[in-house]
Amino acid sequence: MTFAETPRTPVQLRACAKTFADGTRALEPLDLEIAGGETLVFLGPSGCGKTTTLRLVAGLEAPDPGGRVLFDGQDVTPLPIEKREVGMVFQSYALFPNMDVAGNVGYGLRVRRVAEAERAHRVAEVLEMMAIGDLAHRRVDQLSGGQRQRVALARALAVRPRVLLLDEPLTALDAALRERLRVEIDALLRRLGITAIYVTHDQSEAMALGDRIVVMRQGQVAQVGPPREIYFRPANRFVAEFIGTMNLLRGSRRGGRLQLAGGELALTAPGAPGEDLPDAVETEYLFRPEAVEVISPEDASLSGRVASALFLGDRTRLVIEGVTDRPVIAEAAGRREFADGDRVGLALDPRDLLRLPG
Amino acid sequence: MSRDLSRQLVLLLPLAILVGAFFLLPIGRLILVGAGGDAGAAAYAAVLTTPRYFESFLNTILLSAGVTVVTLAISTAAGLFLQRNVFPGRDLLIALMTFPLAFPGVVVGFMVIMLAGRQGVIGSVTDALFDEKLVFAYSMAGLFMGYVYFSIPRVILTVMAAIEKLDPALEEAARSLGAGPWTVLRDVVLPGLKPAFLASGAVCFATAMGAFGTAFTLATDIDVLPMTIYTEFVLYANFATAAALSIVLGAITWLVLALSRSLAGTTVAAAG
Ligand SMILES: Nc1ncnc2c1ncn2[C@@H]1O[C@H](COP(=O)(O)OP(=O)(O)OP(=O)(O)O)[C@@H](O)[C@H]1O
Ligand SMILES: [Mg+2]
Repeated sequence: MTFAETPRTPVQLRACAKTFADGTRALEPLDLEIAGGETLVFLGPSGCGKTTTLRLVAGLEAPDPGGRVLFDGQDVTPLPIEKREVGMVFQSYALFPNMDVAGNVGYGLRVRRVAEAERAHRVAEVLEMMAIGDLAHRRVDQLSGGQRQRVALARALAVRPRVLLLDEPLTALDAALRERLRVEIDALLRRLGITAIYVTHDQSEAMALGDRIVVMRQGQVAQVGPPREIYFRPANRFVAEFIGTMNLLRGSRRGGRLQLAGGELALTAPGAPGEDLPDAVETEYLFRPEAVEVISPEDASLSGRVASALFLGDRTRLVIEGVTDRPVIAEAAGRREFADGDRVGLALDPRDLLRLPG
Repeated sequence: MSRDLSRQLVLLLPLAILVGAFFLLPIGRLILVGAGGDAGAAAYAAVLTTPRYFESFLNTILLSAGVTVVTLAISTAAGLFLQRNVFPGRDLLIALMTFPLAFPGVVVGFMVIMLAGRQGVIGSVTDALFDEKLVFAYSMAGLFMGYVYFSIPRVILTVMAAIEKLDPALEEAARSLGAGPWTVLRDVVLPGLKPAFLASGAVCFATAMGAFGTAFTLATDIDVLPMTIYTEFVLYANFATAAALSIVLGAITWLVLALSRSLAGTTVAAAG
């Protein structure tokens, strides 16, 4: 593969805000550094401004005055998209229906007036890389969804862009195909080492692909960090509850213990130096389902009643009531069977408990 | 089964009447009249071998083709502008573009005379400026202008609807690959509008082929076919030739329509 010369372009956003003509404030001023070769994922609920941010980087939208976009230190803010040398992949594929697969993939090279022979060579190379060499002369409407997305990727990569931009590229595909293409895209991005910005509202996609994830909320960055940090150390309640499943415990804190409807919970591990928190009438703690261990109620200081049990094969997902005012979701490993109404005890390592600002 | 059959028959009846009353009988009659003159069936050949008729044919086809091309070009440019720009008065402008839809050809001819006739606006302006009256209402240019004016409202709405339906992501994809505005127009927008061009172009061509009122009002020295037919029919009472000319006019127009439909069919298939 001769893609060794892939540029690793660092991208910087400086105070990029976006207000649309109708007054919609889609993006609050954003400062962001994307390292060369990094895969950055924008994640967030619908309408939070992911696409807008991507379009600012692409050059399809201009930031509000004062905002700047830099590629490799060079200010590209005044450049329109056709001058920015970015590769774009759209959710709807956006393949040209009046050209066949090779025509689509070679289009960027044709526009750049790359000589016929060189073009054919490079098109073949990219098609080969995407494992669609045999589709070169197919019409676009004769392709499956997965094939179309591969062609779209090949087309974006054929021009050797400085930055690859992907806006929900897998959303239109069914779950199994999405999974497979996600793995393929991941391998491709690692191999090429190209700077990539990937927009999605699917958190498992974000976790799997991103070197870092930017979680967005209503035009603002809620948190930026590597997937593990986002997952294990969410910066706020929004991130905690948007990523994965989070349980909420609400009770009062007295003498380093949390008092709940279903019993009590130590807030510091025995022997570990815990922070000394003042007593509080009402306080909230969060934890992930996989952090809790389901044990027998006799051995536990905290217990509840099984409201429903969902057997998932490798584990059983339990909804437990009576622990706190909201149901708690826990996961029990192994063969143990649960019936609705069973009393179960919960053991929790205090280090898995999170206290977060709203 | 039999109820099904009777229902089918009831549904078939209007179609049968339509085909009989509007197509088979009059056209069959016309074909017979065309062949029923002194020359017999040779009248059809004469239509193409007699220089006067042949020239009239050629004029009409060239005029109609030219009008179609120019109308499509103007409608596309105007449609792209109207569809892609928001400005005050835009809706009014769109409404105005379609205002002449109800005008008969006579009115259009009258307007051409007011604009480019002997007492027309263009004439007085050029007279004042250059001491020379520019009058072209009664030439090919006047006829051409009238036809284009007549055709634009019939084409622009179809083209605008097609522009609206173009996927903006396609243009953005082309731009991301380095294509400038004109390249995007050539490679993405115009190919995307091809089905609309074929459909509205065919209607425009057919309408121009049969247009009569404008030519009649302008009373030009250019013989378009409908005028020739009128002359043969009314002035010379040459029924056979008039009928033969009509049949050939109909056949050519129909052929062009069929051709565009089959072309449109293949593009639709290609677009998926
Ligand atoms: N051209 C526009 N004019 C006005 N408002 C817009 C425009 N484009 C987007 N918006 C608004 O800006 C906000 C952010 O939109 P954006 O498309 O960036 O969201 P998103 O995070 O990509 O959402 P989704 O996951 O649904 O694609 C939304 O409130 C949207 O309605
Ligand atoms: Mg979006």
